[in-house]
Amino acid sequence: MNIPIEYYLVLSAFMFVVGATGVIIRRNAIVVFMSIELMLNSANLSLVTYSSYLGNVMGQLFVFFVMTVAAAEAAIGLAIIIMVFRNKLTVNIDEINLFKW
Amino acid sequence: MNVELIVFIVFALVAAVSSVMVITRKSAIISAVFLILNFFALAGLYLLLNAQFIAVVQIIVYAGAIMVLFLFVLMLLNEHTEVIAAKSKKKLKLFGGITAALIFVQLAYLIFYQNASANINPIVEKSVEIGKIGYIGTKLYTEYVLPFEVAGFLLLAATIGAIVLAKKKFE
Amino acid sequence: MINLIHLTVILPLLGFLINGIFGSKIKNEKVIGIIGSSTVGISFLIALGAFFQTLGLPEENRSNVVTLFTWLDVGSLNIKFSYLVDQLSLVMSLVVTGVGFLIHVYSIGYMHGDKGFWRFFSYLNLFIFAMMNLILGDNFLVLFLGWEGVGLCSYLLIGFWYDRKFEKGTVPQAAKKAFIVNRIGDFGFLLGMFLIYQTFDSLNFIDVFSKAASFPVNETTFSFIALFLFIGATGKSAQIPLFVWLPDAMAGPTPVSALIHAATMVTAGVYMVARSAIIFASAPTIMVVVAVIGLMTAFFAATVGLVQNDIKKVLAYSTVSQLGYMFLACGVGAFSAGIFHVMTHAFFKALLFLGAGSIIHAMHEQQDIRHYGNLKNYMPKTYITFIIAAFAISGFPGLSGFFSKDEILWNAYANGNMLMWIIGVATAMMTAFYMFRLVFLTFFGKERFDTHHTHPHESPKVMTIPLTILAFLSVVGGYVGIPVLFSGEGGNQFEEWLKPIFAPAQRKLEIYGSHSHFEEIVLMVISVVLALGAIYFSYVVYTKRKDIAEKVSHQFSTLYKILLNKYKVDEFYEFMIVVPIQKFSEKVLWKIADNKLIDGFVNGTATIVNSTSGVIKKLQTGLTQFYAVLMMFGIAAVLFWIIINL
Repeated sequence: MNIPIEYYLVLSAFMFVVGATGVIIRRNAIVVFMSIELMLNSANLSLVTYSSYLGNVMGQLFVFFVMTVAAAEAAIGLAIIIMVFRNKLTVNIDEINLFKW
Repeated sequence: MNVELIVFIVFALVAAVSSVMVITRKSAIISAVFLILNFFALAGLYLLLNAQFIAVVQIIVYAGAIMVLFLFVLMLLNEHTEVIAAKSKKKLKLFGGITAALIFVQLAYLIFYQNASANINPIVEKSVEIGKIGYIGTKLYTEYVLPFEVAGFLLLAATIGAIVLAKKKFE
Repeated sequence: MINLIHLTVILPLLGFLINGIFGSKIKNEKVIGIIGSSTVGISFLIALGAFFQTLGLPEENRSNVVTLFTWLDVGSLNIKFSYLVDQLSLVMSLVVTGVGFLIHVYSIGYMHGDKGFWRFFSYLNLFIFAMMNLILGDNFLVLFLGWEGVGLCSYLLIGFWYDRKFEKGTVPQAAKKAFIVNRIGDFGFLLGMFLIYQTFDSLNFIDVFSKAASFPVNETTFSFIALFLFIGATGKSAQIPLFVWLPDAMAGPTPVSALIHAATMVTAGVYMVARSAIIFASAPTIMVVVAVIGLMTAFFAATVGLVQNDIKKVLAYSTVSQLGYMFLACGVGAFSAGIFHVMTHAFFKALLFLGAGSIIHAMHEQQDIRHYGNLKNYMPKTYITFIIAAFAISGFPGLSGFFSKDEILWNAYANGNMLMWIIGVATAMMTAFYMFRLVFLTFFGKERFDTHHTHPHESPKVMTIPLTILAFLSVVGGYVGIPVLFSGEGGNQFEEWLKPIFAPAQRKLEIYGSHSHFEEIVLMVISVVLALGAIYFSYVVYTKRKDIAEKVSHQFSTLYKILLNKYKVDEFYEFMIVVPIQKFSEKVLWKIADNKLIDGFVNGTATIVNSTSGVIKKLQTGLTQFYAVLMMFGIAAVLFWIIINL
């Protein structure tokens, strides 16, 4: 493993920022969710990198749980989107603004 | 210039390009497909880091289950073409983009400032050993069994929640 | 009994609470009256017991303190709710509870049928509670508590018939006037208390007075303290310049006038000055001020009383005048003479007022003496007791008023000067004259009312028995204070009794002047002769030759008008003080300060909050992505901060 650790970390940061941008600029709620998954994955990459380079297994165990939570969150989130779609017949989040003052 | 570096560059490029594609395609399904590609690239990177178990789990859970779920929902909603509506928040998006770029620059600066590679001495055998599925399994069932069980509960709650939420109402 | 002295305070408070809370439900007037009177009666018995107990103690031990609880304990200020039982407070307690009890009993008859009967008795008991606190308190703060309390009760009782008219205004206006003028005096009292605390670091009588006697304190300080305290006394005891409320206080029921504005509350100022004798004795200039103001008040009030036509007004100005005598006594250093006059004045002035009440009731609320006449045939008991009181106040030899007034006049000569004595005697002559003018116009001559429609009758026993008792006291009450002249050295029992209280002050004054007994007898004889002459003169004018009165009032019509209009003092105050304050309050304080400033500030705060939130609420767009951008911006800021601090 003679790749400098910074390369992995910069890639992780790049994916994170791309995911954040995706959350902001996309209108389709489902694509927003996918961007969120992208951000979660970037965090996973960072964790696994450190785990491997430091020789500590805790990083990978944590990734295991992150994946669990991400799966649960994706399931519930999509269920909610289906419900909202039933009521408003759209997944355009610009039109789901019930909390406007 | 060794094989490791070349493999890394390939996988990293694929991951980066596909992530950008995810956020820029008009069609949601194309975005989903690119996301799957991204996950595969990540799995490759995990293998490069000797994290065998995580790599496999990544493909099975993320690419195999979560993305399938996404695709199912996209199909059901039938709303995969983004209508370019009149009201768009150009200013907001611009501002968001700039902020994101700013964050990236700051993070990159911090990463290189840390100069971690000067202090870290990776031991390959150790990282291979901890990536093995037996090792992780032992850890999960002995030292970290409580979080394991709690994660199980979480999934149970998510399952029940998803079913209740998405059920059709009785007329 | 001394240890139970606090019951004299608590029992009337109980009476107030019981009558106040349940009074409107108790439909039986007798029960309310008995509850109200018995609390005061029992207090009197307790005070009497304490008196006899103290009498049995040797002279050094006659000062006892009964502590109830600690009221304030802040820094170096430690005020206890404790009562000082000594010779002075016992005298005052006996007078207040004794005369108070008689007036309570009288009120059962006088207020019969009034729809606020229970309210009246509860207020009367509250008054006795406050007055006892005033008299018995062992520090200035408890005294002040009672001071304010009696002021409040005075307001409540003057304004008792709140829906009636009174002279040019309404009854509530008269009550307000009393309260407000009192408060002006109280401000002076408060300033005095602040100075006392600053100088002596305590408000406790025993502490303050022992320090005042021994430590060297700047005379100016003493003068200021005494001056401020005296201002408070002028307010409460109706001296110049704050006497204007007392004639208006006649708007209240007559028992109120008897109790509060004759016998007890108005003497609170005299008590306070006497209690603080050592402070006054250390400020000779202020003593002169006290004496002069007392004398002036006595004289001028007597001149106004000469021509008043309302029976209660005559008695009101007479009270102001007699109070002037008491302050004159204190001002020349004869503190025990002043207290002696308080006691005898309580007897005969209460009697006069109660008698007046009896007459007013019989004449169906008619108070103008020009419509009276020959009432001695209709109301013999009232007539006899009234005339006894009139003789007493005129200083007829042998009655109580003679001894007390004579003591004062003698001390005014011996420790003051001849001029004071002359003015004092002139006032005494006028007192005799107007009192007997009242007697002759009311009880003698022909009836000047419509005999077919008005049938005056004697009052019921519940009213005449107190009159009789007070008449008895007016006759014999003076014998405890027979001057040394007649009774030999140490024979003036009243003065001997109070001597230890005033000894420190007397020492400072060193006034045991050396005048011969001969001078005293001569002066006494002269004043008696002049007083009797005045009585005879009034007899002639008002029974035999009424034309003299007519002619005099026409010849001196300007003087007559001035006196009738009470020197227009009320109008002067109205013009100089009341109207400017009202205009100022209305134009400046209300329109500008209250409306613009304070309302503007409060409303302005609300407007600022409103507009700020109007701006801030735009943050709630309801768009998720907007919130996400904000979060990212926060992250960028945090990273920036981390980079800066590296």
